[in-house]
Amino acid sequence: MTSGYDLRLPRLRSSALTVWRRNVLVWRKLITPSLLINFGEPLLYLLGLGYGLGLFIGDMAGLPYLTFLASGIVASSAMNTASFEGMYSVFTRMVPQRTYESMLATPIDVDDIIAGEMIWCATKSTISGTAILLVASILGAVEEWRAVAAIPVMFVTGLCFAGPAIVMTAISKSYDFFNYYFTLVVTPMFILCGVFYPVSTLPAALQSVVQFLPLTHAVALVRPLMAGLEPQSVLVHLAVLLAYALASYYLAVVLVRRRLVV
Amino acid sequence: MTGEAALEAVIEARCLRKSFAAAEVVRGIDIAVPRAHCFGLLGPNGAGKTTIILMLLGQSPLTSGSLEVFGQPMPAAGRTVRGRMGVVPQIDNLDPDFTVAENLRVYGSYFGLEANVIAARIQNLLEFVALSDRAESRIDTLSGGMKRRLTIARALINDPELLVLDEPTTGLDPQARHMIWARLRDLRQSGKTLVLTTHYMEEAERLCDEVVIIDQGRILAQGSPPALIRQYVEPEVLELRGDKADIGSLFDDVPGSRVETIGDTVYCYMHDAKSVDQLLQRAPKLSFLRRPANLEDVFLAITGRELRD
Ligand SMILES: Nc1ncnc2c1ncn2[C@@H]1O[C@H](COP(=O)(O)OP(=O)(O)OP(=O)(O)O)[C@@H](O)[C@H]1O
Ligand SMILES: [Mg+2]
Repeated sequence: MTSGYDLRLPRLRSSALTVWRRNVLVWRKLITPSLLINFGEPLLYLLGLGYGLGLFIGDMAGLPYLTFLASGIVASSAMNTASFEGMYSVFTRMVPQRTYESMLATPIDVDDIIAGEMIWCATKSTISGTAILLVASILGAVEEWRAVAAIPVMFVTGLCFAGPAIVMTAISKSYDFFNYYFTLVVTPMFILCGVFYPVSTLPAALQSVVQFLPLTHAVALVRPLMAGLEPQSVLVHLAVLLAYALASYYLAVVLVRRRLVV
Repeated sequence: MTGEAALEAVIEARCLRKSFAAAEVVRGIDIAVPRAHCFGLLGPNGAGKTTIILMLLGQSPLTSGSLEVFGQPMPAAGRTVRGRMGVVPQIDNLDPDFTVAENLRVYGSYFGLEANVIAARIQNLLEFVALSDRAESRIDTLSGGMKRRLTIARALINDPELLVLDEPTTGLDPQARHMIWARLRDLRQSGKTLVLTTHYMEEAERLCDEVVIIDQGRILAQGSPPALIRQYVEPEVLELRGDKADIGSLFDDVPGSRVETIGDTVYCYMHDAKSVDQLLQRAPKLSFLRRPANLEDVFLAITGRELRD
């Protein structure tokens, strides 16, 4: 057992919410700067890119460019937020701050820690996505009330990206490692998965690759909801996002157990 | 140990072993810690003390052997057992994102305690460790001694039956150390079981009912501090400092004495240090100290004087 892996299936318990609550309490202390960033960044994107580019582009795939872009940014921001939190912040709590070590001296297990952190990452994704949604609707880029259905999608998207980020954290020795993940995983998805232009304009081969990337599915759900259209293949998209979330949760638990329960 | 029912074991380890990829670091440890006792794990750096403590918490799986805490098997019963246990880790891991009081509140929530139960305990605990006036302070503004006291208070938030302390006073000034000793004695008086590791033999001698001396993962000696002193060293020690030439063969003829030389100091272990008064008058340039043997003498006699890492 010493150098092997503890492969037992993790159990979901209410202790996960205790871990989540700890993060909420910390976040509440810094709520003003956090929210400023949550609102400021999309405002910059949407005003700069949406209006600036929109003037030249006009419509994209039958939608006003501002709406097209805003819906892409909602999804990609959920990805970015969860990835960032799952790597930099989780690493900080796992290594220098030894927060998990202190939790593991209480009835909390690694299963609870990872579940709590993933729920927290998804919560932050939801906060930042909702901020963008609000900004977009103030700018007139949101069609109707149906758009609130994008909020649970943000949460699921957050879960889906939190897991892989924590997997990276579990195997990394320092923060430097995360640059690779952002450069090799997050940025390509940001560019290829339909945030700025429809996936259908990609070469055929690339289109089939992109179907395996979760951001594609997040965008495919959020975009019609914000544009006032009926989303297609909802179950498939949700299933892909949830499959990534569950598989990465299990992997993250196994790897973090190996790192912390030695 | 007598077979009284009162000596119900809170911790019972049988042939406990732990290997890491590189080496076996705990090699067959048997211990039984009775309820309401203070039990000391002593040993040089790298002896395996922290590893044993992590196994007690269920934070480290056993390689072989068995370990029961509150009669329940570890690490299988880890969650339940940790709920009844308080831990002061070797390296502080207070939460820097919270104040002193918030640290207690949040840590209490990890045990699933109700907010009002925690709130009621926080005040008492802060008083207990003399930190009431720092309740709203940030962690990084606390001194090392305050952090350690807060860590002890935190370990008590769930009103544990068993308190495990890994080097509770390392790096603290004498004031802080005495204060922590007094608190630990209070806790023991109130019926809690204590397990502690320390490199300060004075601390172990003052606090522990029983100690084990471990080296390289094995128990070398076990017993109460006075019993160990009786068993392993002569009752009196004469420490002499000065020129080697002056000390020379001064003690060659003292019956039953044992002499060790470390640097410029000679330790002479003997049964009756008064008997050498006359000898000492022959060497007036030597400075000397006569004292009763202590646990440190036992520790050094058993584990040797070479440096560890
Ligand atoms: N995770 C680990 N992987 C490999 N070796 C380890 C690990 N943890 C501890 N060791 C080794 O096990 C041995 C015992 O370590 P341990 O920390 O239990 O000693 P200790 O008695 O607590 O020492 P100290 O007094 O310095 O705290 C040491 O040689 C240490 O290097
Ligand atoms: Mg140690």
